[in-house]
Amino acid sequence: MDESIYLDEARDPLIIAESWMKDGKDVAIATVVETWGSAPRPVGSHLVIDADGNFHGSVSGGCVEGAVVTEAMDVIDSGKARMLEFGVADETAWQVGLSCGGRIKVYVERLG
Amino acid sequence: MDPYVLKTLNEERRARRAAVLVTDLGDGRDRIVREGDHVAGDLGAAIANAFRTGNSRSVEAEGRTFFLNAHLPRPRLVVVGAVHISQALAPMARIAGYPVEIIDPRTAFATPERFPEVALHAEWPEDVLKRAPLDSYTALAAVTHDPKIDDFALKAALDARCFYVGALGSRKTHAKRVERLLALGAGADQIARIHAPIGLDIGAASPAEIAVAVLAQTIHAFRSRGLEAKGAVA
Repeated sequence: MDESIYLDEARDPLIIAESWMKDGKDVAIATVVETWGSAPRPVGSHLVIDADGNFHGSVSGGCVEGAVVTEAMDVIDSGKARMLEFGVADETAWQVGLSCGGRIKVYVERLG
Repeated sequence: MDPYVLKTLNEERRARRAAVLVTDLGDGRDRIVREGDHVAGDLGAAIANAFRTGNSRSVEAEGRTFFLNAHLPRPRLVVVGAVHISQALAPMARIAGYPVEIIDPRTAFATPERFPEVALHAEWPEDVLKRAPLDSYTALAAVTHDPKIDDFALKAALDARCFYVGALGSRKTHAKRVERLLALGAGADQIARIHAPIGLDIGAASPAEIAVAVLAQTIHAFRSRGLEAKGAVA
């Protein structure tokens, strides 16, 4: 039971992003900025990624994290933010998509 | 994201202060808006709404697209009094998403047997609130009926601008309480914020029903935060 009135520092993506930054790592932050239909994670949810591909948090509950991590690598390299859109399209549902039938828009940016 | 913005945002979140992170999705620039900061126009209205509802969303304003990420502290309920009402209130509030803490220095009342799985402090409110101060995202319900225990907590809740302050007792009991709180230095406008008798007027009779009335009033106070102020301006 999580009753803490303060932050769960060990699992909070934005706290982790800050501590990675302090460790001198390159970091990208992905944020769910829009959802349509049944989306697994609410608008505002974060996934943070470092240059080695370590990540924390979630933008979809596991469905599209792999693709977001790959894109995040490019964002860390180029410094240019990207807007990603994921949706389900029947046959691709189990490839890169959301099996729940929703669509989400994810903004990926570099920290710093 | 700007590293300084992230640092500032995390500081606000650690301190249980509400903040909205505003990101311009066109050029990636971001900034923190704290509760009470003035932002003009449509963007300002959208930010005010994000503070009130806690909902994050994208908005169009000034010909640009902004993403507003609302970071609100988790609301919680502090109950002074390990009484029968609290025994019903604690599990109901937890289900509704308001973690509960119960404070009562009377060790015969504040026992883990009577309050399983509840954060329970068998101490005086003065001591507990020093460690975990009240804030504007905390609701306080004082239900001991004992001024020695309730009064300090009520004054502290008013000073901390708790979003809800409720006190058990009849109108007659409350009139005496008002005199005591005035003597403690509370202002009349502060005292007017106390919900007494406690709970929505649903004709509650049993302790469990009173707990429903208190929880409903707490939720109403949380969800209508800031609406009164808006009405006063209009």
